[in-house]
Amino acid sequence: MNAPLLSVESISRRFGGFIALEGVTAAFEANKVTAIIGPNGAGKSTFFNVLSGVLAPSAGSIRFKGRDITGTPQHRFAHLGIARSYQITNIFPELSVHENVRVAAQAFRARYDIWRNRAVMTELDDRADAALAAVGLGGRRDGTAKFLAHGQQRALEIAIALVADPELLLLDEPTAGMGPEETKEMVALLERLAAERTILLVEHKMKMILGLSDRILVLHHGRLIADGSPQHIQTDPEVRRVYLGQNDGYA
Amino acid sequence: MTASTSSIASVMAGPAGHRGWRARLAAWRVPLSILALCLLPWLLPSNALAVNVLVYGLLAVGYNLLFGYTGLLSFGHAAFFGAGAYVTGIAIGRFGVPWFAALLLGVAAGAALAFVIGLLSIRTRGIYFSMVTLALSQLVYYTALQASSWTGGENGLRGFTVAKLDILGWSIDFLDPIKKYYVLMVFAAAALWLVSRILNSPFGAVIEAIRENETRARACGYDVERTKLIAFTLSGLICALAGTLFALHLAIVPLDILHYQTSGMIVMMTLLGGAGSFFGPFVGALAFLLMEDVVSLWTSHWQIVVGTVFILFVLFLPKGIWGTLIAWRADR
Repeated sequence: MNAPLLSVESISRRFGGFIALEGVTAAFEANKVTAIIGPNGAGKSTFFNVLSGVLAPSAGSIRFKGRDITGTPQHRFAHLGIARSYQITNIFPELSVHENVRVAAQAFRARYDIWRNRAVMTELDDRADAALAAVGLGGRRDGTAKFLAHGQQRALEIAIALVADPELLLLDEPTAGMGPEETKEMVALLERLAAERTILLVEHKMKMILGLSDRILVLHHGRLIADGSPQHIQTDPEVRRVYLGQNDGYA
Repeated sequence: MTASTSSIASVMAGPAGHRGWRARLAAWRVPLSILALCLLPWLLPSNALAVNVLVYGLLAVGYNLLFGYTGLLSFGHAAFFGAGAYVTGIAIGRFGVPWFAALLLGVAAGAALAFVIGLLSIRTRGIYFSMVTLALSQLVYYTALQASSWTGGENGLRGFTVAKLDILGWSIDFLDPIKKYYVLMVFAAAALWLVSRILNSPFGAVIEAIRENETRARACGYDVERTKLIAFTLSGLICALAGTLFALHLAIVPLDILHYQTSGMIVMMTLLGGAGSFFGPFVGALAFLLMEDVVSLWTSHWQIVVGTVFILFVLFLPKGIWGTLIAWRADR
């Protein structure tokens, strides 16, 4: 068996007396799309925040490419090769669309240089434009980010993550708040990305997950209750009981 | 392929009208600002006002680097202004240090103090950050008040008048107000060039990203705390330079310079002129000092009027005088 790209070993996370995540163990192979589902409050966001370094686990360990990265500060994660998007749109609102992506690309070239003129770093412009083209925002390059439509802002967020050329892409509800048309475009984008990247995503829209992912993890009350192929998850009685039947998850 | 390239080109051509105008202004901002400062003594009614606009404007420029560009509201910048002024005054008056070395000492001391205060305050956020900077700067104020054998305490620091400057064999009469103005302006001009350079640098892009969205900047791979600390120190350095120029100009350092009212005044000047605009701080300093001069002629409660104007600006012109003018011109 191939060594997994990312593995978590019995990780837990508590907030005071509340246990948000308890003893989750899983391994993720490269070039697969894995979805994480679960009812509200199941611990999906906490799990994602632990995987992206926002939160350190209270117990357990995380390994990325065979290396223990537990407790690494969040800003190091992008340099390790892990990039993420957020459930609530998280962009640089007053900057231009192009500048949003360019500044993300710059993190791998210059972070504390107060002397050079950044305009001479033209390779960053090319990388930013390539990432924008990949998400279909090439035509909006010079607009101010806050004036983009909601769906375009979500795509911009993915471009910001993509320009890092991450080995692992974490997407937290990429279609949150989108209408059917925007969702369709986002799914098409995710399918293109899935062909060449390792993706972990949290999603609520069940139909979309079933078509897109190679594997699904189900969290409930902070525990991993199921882990398998979409077919397997659909028929799992425990999953049907806690999740699918509860809120018309197939919607 | 060609179709998509040309569509990108056409989109770029569209907004290039006003973006281009702003870009050209940005490219010339240092020479244009220096030109404006050169003309200042001839446009204003008194040399004293011109020097004050120069010094306080530079102080607000330093503060703007932190507040306008990095997005951190410090209420303690009087400490760095005061540190620069006191250290320069003490170095000249007590140790007979040549003026230029005293100036460098003042700047270094202010930057070092900013590094320490930054280190203690930068991990707090929002109002807590403002309060910690305020508390630490008050600590500096009371230290200066207590250490009166060094600082002169409430009477202020005196006895370090610089009458003549010797620069590379030239001797300049520093008591001539117009000559004094232009000597001080050379340092302000150098500082403006440095600030412009920082804003154009990769680091300049990072601080703006942090101002826009700290969480996203961290996720992009930037060490936000470290970047803020560097910005805080650079900001303190520029403010300390303003302090040394203030000391050389007045030949006394009043204790008030360290008072929290000075910190508040710095915030007001920056906001009045336009936080996040390059030349705005000078406009803000001019507006503030003019209001003080004019209103205090008919009432000693001039702060009521200035305070009201300040509130109106925060509510209705958040970009300040200069920032609003630039935005208005760019939209046409």
